[in-house]
Amino acid sequence: MAKPPDGPASAALLRTGRFFTRWDETDDGRAVFREGGRRGDVFYRDRWSHDKVVRSTHGVNCTGSCSWKIYVKDGIITWEAQQTDYPSVGPDRPEYEPRGCPRGAAFSWYTYSPTRVRYPYSRGVLLEMYREAKERLGDPVLAWADVVGDPERRRRYQQARGKGGFVRTNWTEAVEMVAAAQVHTIKEHGPDRIATFSPIPAMSMVSHAVGARFTHLLGGAMTSFYDWYADLPVASPQVFGDQTDVPESGDWWDSTYLMMWGSNVPVTRTPDAHWMAEVRYRGTKVVTISPDFADNTKFADEWLPAQAGTDGALAMAMTHVILKEFFVERRVPFFVDYVRQYTDLPFLITLTPNEEHGGLVPGKFLTARDLGDEAPEGAWKTVLIDAATGEPVVPNGTLGDRYSESGEGRWNLDLQGVTPALSLRDAKLEPDAAEVLLPAFAGLNGDGEVLRRGVPVTRIGDRLVTTVFDLMLAQHGVGRPDLPGEWPAGYEDAESPYTPAWQAEITSVPAEACLRIAREFATNAEESGGRSMIILGAGVCQWFHADATYRAILSMLLLTGCMGRNGGGWAHYVGQEKCRPITGWISLANNLDWSRPPRTMTGTSYWYMHTDQWRTDGYRADALASPLAEGHLSGMHTADTIAQSARMGWMPFYPQFDRNPLDLADEAQAAVDAGTATDVNDYVVQRLKDGTLRFAIEDVDAPENWPRTLMLWRSNLFGSSAKGNEYFLKHLLGTHSNAVAVDGEPAVRPKDVVWREQAPEGKLDLLVSADFRMTSTTLLSDVVFPAATWYEKHDLSSTDMHPFVHAFTPAIDPPWESRTDFDLFHHVARKFSELARTHLGVRKDIVAVPMQHDTPGETSQPGGVVLDWKRGDVEPIPGRTMPALHVIERDYTAVADKLKAIGPLADRLGFGVKNVTFDLSKALDILARSGGVFDSGPAAGRPAIDTDSKMAEAILTLSGTTNGELATQGFHTLEKRVGKRLADLAEGSEEKRITFAQTQAAPVPVITSPEWSGSETGGRRYAPFTVNVERLKPWHTLTGRMHFFLDHDWMRDLGEAMPIYRPPLDMSRLFGGPRLGDNGEREITVRYLTPHSKWSIHSEYQDNLLMLSLSRGGPTAWLSREDAAAIGVSDNDWIECSNPNGVFVCRAIVTHRLPEGVTFVHHAQERTIDVPKSEFSGRRGGIHNSVTRVLVKPTHLIGGYAQLSYAFNYLGPTGNQRDIIATIRRRSQEVTY
Amino acid sequence: MRVMAQMGMVMNLDKCIGCHTCSVTCKQAWTNRAGTEYVWFNNVETRPGQGYPRRYEDQEQWKGGWELNGRGNLVLKAGGRLKKLFGIFASPVQPELSDYYEPWTYDYSTLIDAPLGDDFPVARPKSLITGEDTKISWSANWDDNLGGTSELGHLDPIVEKVRRESEDRITFEFEQTFMFYLPRICEHCLNPSCMASCPSGAIYKREEDGIVLVDQDRCRGWRQCITGCPYKKIYFNHKSGKAEKCTFCYPRIEVGLPTVCAETCVGRLRYLGLFLYDADAVTDAASTPDPQDLYGAQLDLMLDPDDPEVARAAREQGIPDDWIAAARRSPVYALAKKYRVALPLHPEYRTMPMVWYVPPLSPIVDLLREQGHDAEAPATLFGAIDALRIPVEYLAELFTAGDTQVITEVLNKLAAMRSYMRDVSLGREGDASIPEAVGMTEESMYEMYRLMAIAKYEERY
Repeated sequence: MAKPPDGPASAALLRTGRFFTRWDETDDGRAVFREGGRRGDVFYRDRWSHDKVVRSTHGVNCTGSCSWKIYVKDGIITWEAQQTDYPSVGPDRPEYEPRGCPRGAAFSWYTYSPTRVRYPYSRGVLLEMYREAKERLGDPVLAWADVVGDPERRRRYQQARGKGGFVRTNWTEAVEMVAAAQVHTIKEHGPDRIATFSPIPAMSMVSHAVGARFTHLLGGAMTSFYDWYADLPVASPQVFGDQTDVPESGDWWDSTYLMMWGSNVPVTRTPDAHWMAEVRYRGTKVVTISPDFADNTKFADEWLPAQAGTDGALAMAMTHVILKEFFVERRVPFFVDYVRQYTDLPFLITLTPNEEHGGLVPGKFLTARDLGDEAPEGAWKTVLIDAATGEPVVPNGTLGDRYSESGEGRWNLDLQGVTPALSLRDAKLEPDAAEVLLPAFAGLNGDGEVLRRGVPVTRIGDRLVTTVFDLMLAQHGVGRPDLPGEWPAGYEDAESPYTPAWQAEITSVPAEACLRIAREFATNAEESGGRSMIILGAGVCQWFHADATYRAILSMLLLTGCMGRNGGGWAHYVGQEKCRPITGWISLANNLDWSRPPRTMTGTSYWYMHTDQWRTDGYRADALASPLAEGHLSGMHTADTIAQSARMGWMPFYPQFDRNPLDLADEAQAAVDAGTATDVNDYVVQRLKDGTLRFAIEDVDAPENWPRTLMLWRSNLFGSSAKGNEYFLKHLLGTHSNAVAVDGEPAVRPKDVVWREQAPEGKLDLLVSADFRMTSTTLLSDVVFPAATWYEKHDLSSTDMHPFVHAFTPAIDPPWESRTDFDLFHHVARKFSELARTHLGVRKDIVAVPMQHDTPGETSQPGGVVLDWKRGDVEPIPGRTMPALHVIERDYTAVADKLKAIGPLADRLGFGVKNVTFDLSKALDILARSGGVFDSGPAAGRPAIDTDSKMAEAILTLSGTTNGELATQGFHTLEKRVGKRLADLAEGSEEKRITFAQTQAAPVPVITSPEWSGSETGGRRYAPFTVNVERLKPWHTLTGRMHFFLDHDWMRDLGEAMPIYRPPLDMSRLFGGPRLGDNGEREITVRYLTPHSKWSIHSEYQDNLLMLSLSRGGPTAWLSREDAAAIGVSDNDWIECSNPNGVFVCRAIVTHRLPEGVTFVHHAQERTIDVPKSEFSGRRGGIHNSVTRVLVKPTHLIGGYAQLSYAFNYLGPTGNQRDIIATIRRRSQEVTY
Repeated sequence: MRVMAQMGMVMNLDKCIGCHTCSVTCKQAWTNRAGTEYVWFNNVETRPGQGYPRRYEDQEQWKGGWELNGRGNLVLKAGGRLKKLFGIFASPVQPELSDYYEPWTYDYSTLIDAPLGDDFPVARPKSLITGEDTKISWSANWDDNLGGTSELGHLDPIVEKVRRESEDRITFEFEQTFMFYLPRICEHCLNPSCMASCPSGAIYKREEDGIVLVDQDRCRGWRQCITGCPYKKIYFNHKSGKAEKCTFCYPRIEVGLPTVCAETCVGRLRYLGLFLYDADAVTDAASTPDPQDLYGAQLDLMLDPDDPEVARAAREQGIPDDWIAAARRSPVYALAKKYRVALPLHPEYRTMPMVWYVPPLSPIVDLLREQGHDAEAPATLFGAIDALRIPVEYLAELFTAGDTQVITEVLNKLAAMRSYMRDVSLGREGDASIPEAVGMTEESMYEMYRLMAIAKYEERY
């Protein structure tokens, strides 16, 4: 025995034991070895047993697209765990396994939880009315008309919304009610009074597409989500002419300098965060920029705690350093060559006099038309100077080459031997110098000032011009010898924008840190060939002026040659889910196979107008204008800008006219028949001109212009994204609310939109939702359908974070009376078609749509000049100066038949995206053979998509990324226009077709296709714009290059022709109310920030018991210890956050991780879990968005002009919310419910 | 020498993102049932923070683990066998429900069933213990991400200790913020004090793989194990009246699958593998007088599977060849012993814990930033170890009984790996002097890099 244990007494005890039993033991007798006795282990073995494991995923609005194993025992889902079988990304890099997060891991809790919606429900008060009316009238549509036609009954059920009182109904009755309401709406008000909303198709493409398709078969308006969520970086269409295209997370591994700017990767990209952690081991420096010590700061080599909302100042100063040290003091050839070829920096801008300030201001791009080219495309060809000759040159690849005959084979970035002069001083000419006036918004209150800085200039014809590069140096305050103007004295000059010292005053980031990181960033790009990457997130993207901030940050990447590189460039990760098989999904969802175009609507302007938030604006649109503005926004209310944008064909607005478009079509036909109009366009124009027809937005509160039915699936509008939630409750739904905002003063009210003294309450006749859990939305709905969960249906998932497509597969059948979205819409469609036989029949519909990006429509308004037909600037010409008008025949009795088959336009016109059209004959033949065709009825002979699996198969077969035949074909088509070799990118994939069965077996990597801008050929990681850089394919912009300069009238008037710093909105100035800071009372006003939560994906999971157990168990707001102390709040105290928009009641989490002056109210905390009554209003506290509201930035409404043209979810005003401020106070700790 | 095999785990805290996926998948698989609502076999703590249950590391209060008596012998801190025997019917020293937390649910069904009223229905919290309305005021993860830490962080026993020993080293100020995550499971110790505490002999360590289990048939619910375990990783099932604990997912391990927590770890920071150790030497090692020598002693217990002598002894002991082969390619052995970057949690508890941790690097402090280092020099791309945001003293209290030297050496290796690999990534010649400076070769540094960064599935488990 080596050493006696414990003591003599214990030793004696042991010896006694040993006397009775024999066993093997260690030398010291401390461990004994015995056999058997493992029967007690059976419990855990039994627990770890299951009958089957099914592959599925989570159709939640995150970008995970993680593949999961669902365990099933005795027909019951037990739990889930991540799949680990992603195809390898290569031997020398980490893999995608095991993608997942705690939220996904908690999903199966919902399946049998008490919050599961098991049956169809309707509110008793409505159901009784409907049953009574139907009993009396015998017809569902007449019954619905009877109920909603009676103001008293209508108000009664509207006011009951959200207040309990659900009763169980059944599918037959619930579907009948919904179909009757839709038939009635179309008949009485018009199909464009039907709205539907379902976001993020990539998270379950079939479920999304089937409802969207149904909507468009009716002629309803589908509202957008990407811009509405403020996830759309408007800078992307502005700079790249692209919605958003970003690297997969595996490409972070290629980066050698990684900045995370307002993007909290561990929380918001949980399955991808490991790449960031791992790439550090390759020697990649990681820098975070966030106002708080965010989760990702733990990983950072350096943390720049910029004050919330001031990121633009930091970026401008970093760009100042990069321009000065890498372009002026030293010229890095790698950078200079890059910007000459791939950016608009060498292009010429005319300088025009500004009378008011007495000086020159940057005006418009010089075009071939200015040089005397009279061809229509001449207005779209921008000009640069050949350094060697000093002569102006129109290079290949401008928008003028994109659609014109002359541009065939010339739409490329081949400079053909020309060396563009970056600065006029680089060219063989002797430029003069001139002072230019530039706007700046350096003050805290956002007021503009005018900077005077000099640029080299030359005269071409009668135009005085300079280059974008010269203007960028002036804009950033980078001086050169012998130029006039006022320049910063040096980096230490804190007075002059945009020096490191200047930004320090605004951001609190030390000047030295800004300087050093800028240098490191650019040096790394130089050393690594452009492998500096910036991950950008909602912390930057969801501010009012996010587009300006993004452009300031993108400058750093464009200047250093990082875009279009593996391991470099921007990585915008905010809700940008990528439907990789995009063509199949978007075409089927938009019903392009049966009728074109669909009505798609920008969500932000829709809700801003229809929920009457516009009425409480305390400021006019020009409050945000540049001191150098030419007055295009003068005197306009934001609602006026939306109305103007709509009537000029820039952005859509629905309802479109103050008439039922079906009736309007009949009237137009009658007029044509009577010879009083040449065609429909002529008839509509005549009536618009004489004022007998008006755009609906011009009197948006008139009952004939209200939206009437709203259908929501895969979404929780009222518990999540509804900025200004309380306005939704009050005006759209007509139930009670916590809003106390007052109408704007008469002086600031709109001119082009009718002001009705009494704001309507209860515009909506019917709110329908389908969900598997009870949310704020289901609580408010008139009809609730029980939806199948993600473990109970067939569907498809993809994302831009990884390169795979994979499947949802049912682990169990939908339990109780739940059904898939696919079944729901087919059921509704059948009932609708049946009711339509009596009430609708076949009708013609006039559809008004704006000019679209990536179509010739984007060349309708040259020069970016505002010419308003209503103000007499031009004639109203549909499709040029006003929305295009299309007449669509709608056979309302055939909706169900069309929903389940691919229509004939797929053969005749093909499907396409981004102006590449695919011939689908082979693909459709495959689908007809595999899924069958219908033998009779309206869909006779058409390929069937009558099950969710077949629809998934169709999406895959009709997309280039998943059907190599189409990818190759598309590249061949594109080659003709570009004149460069492209098809080899998909060569070898012609025979490859990803089937639905393959995606069910394992995630499948996609094929390189012209649908996207990156190449994955040869197994490389996806990075955007690599095709542009490597194959010289232009960006989809005016110049065909990435843009620093935007010359549209409205951009210039807002002072944002170039990247610039714009401070957070001064809400007190715009809306009145308390100013930021301590006001001396026991309350404090702080910036109300709503970042994404660790414990939920938007509102999903925030009610999940596992997530609630790991968090604080209910709604919370994080406060700095200083702010908490100032108002006497301790950790876990109940507090109220309020402002005129509403109130949010929650508990405080006090931490030193946050700086003073901000509160973090994590996004999408709903009113369903542990929300007491508010002291502020006496009513139930709201959701996080009860304290926010919609704020529309007018420049997001621009259209008809190159990359500033509309496309659904591609360009439109953002539903930003970060500029909001709220007053916080401690409330009574005795709460009531 | 008695060679035995032990399943071990390494968690690379430097990669942990604090997502808690491990906790959720574990709970879903093992403890989402009556009696274990409050139980998290796997939990993730934000540090600084009190941990779960509260202040479990305060052994002056909870009496977990071993200590040396006056004669230098190992005794349970809670008292020897006699003391245990005499006190067996008394309430042992153990955390109460409030130290864990009172689990709760919500009145969810009211969202569907509420009659028509004048306001939104809402689901109120209900205690899962009493079924009554409850006010939520503590949980297994209350101080996640430093929530409330400005008020309660001083209760972290390690903060207490470091503050006692060096004034002002830890303050809860915005500018000085640091945090990291500490995922925890049962340590499956070589010298388990839970097992020694059990009066019923219900706790045993499996001979073939060292997994420590509670025999559910033999457990009599004395709860002495709960006191005995210094990590508080044995829980009392209040429905069955038995002790339960992390099983290292033996039903999965036995068929070649990683534990649930490891396989579902999206930070890819968990490694599983075999150690071979000398069972006869455990007591001596655990009795090492100076607590700061315990890490070294534990490391010495881990036998080199490539040593033919060890292999022979292992074979003699009945360990099959494929197990010896597994020990040779064991990533946990590589990280703990070969590269010496993984450290045991609280070696001073003398239980010889078999879950090892690579300590986290952390951002450089503002101080360095203001000193204006030359950005052109690649070496300064990364901060100096002595200027890291997480105080080395804090890490030392967790992993080395306060020996900061060992922590610094490990962090230096990680930083050196990054510096060395930067040249390689940029296509330049690797600088051999960098690995040399931390006692490694270019080859071993590159191997370590592959294991820590690329970390393929089959290399992690």
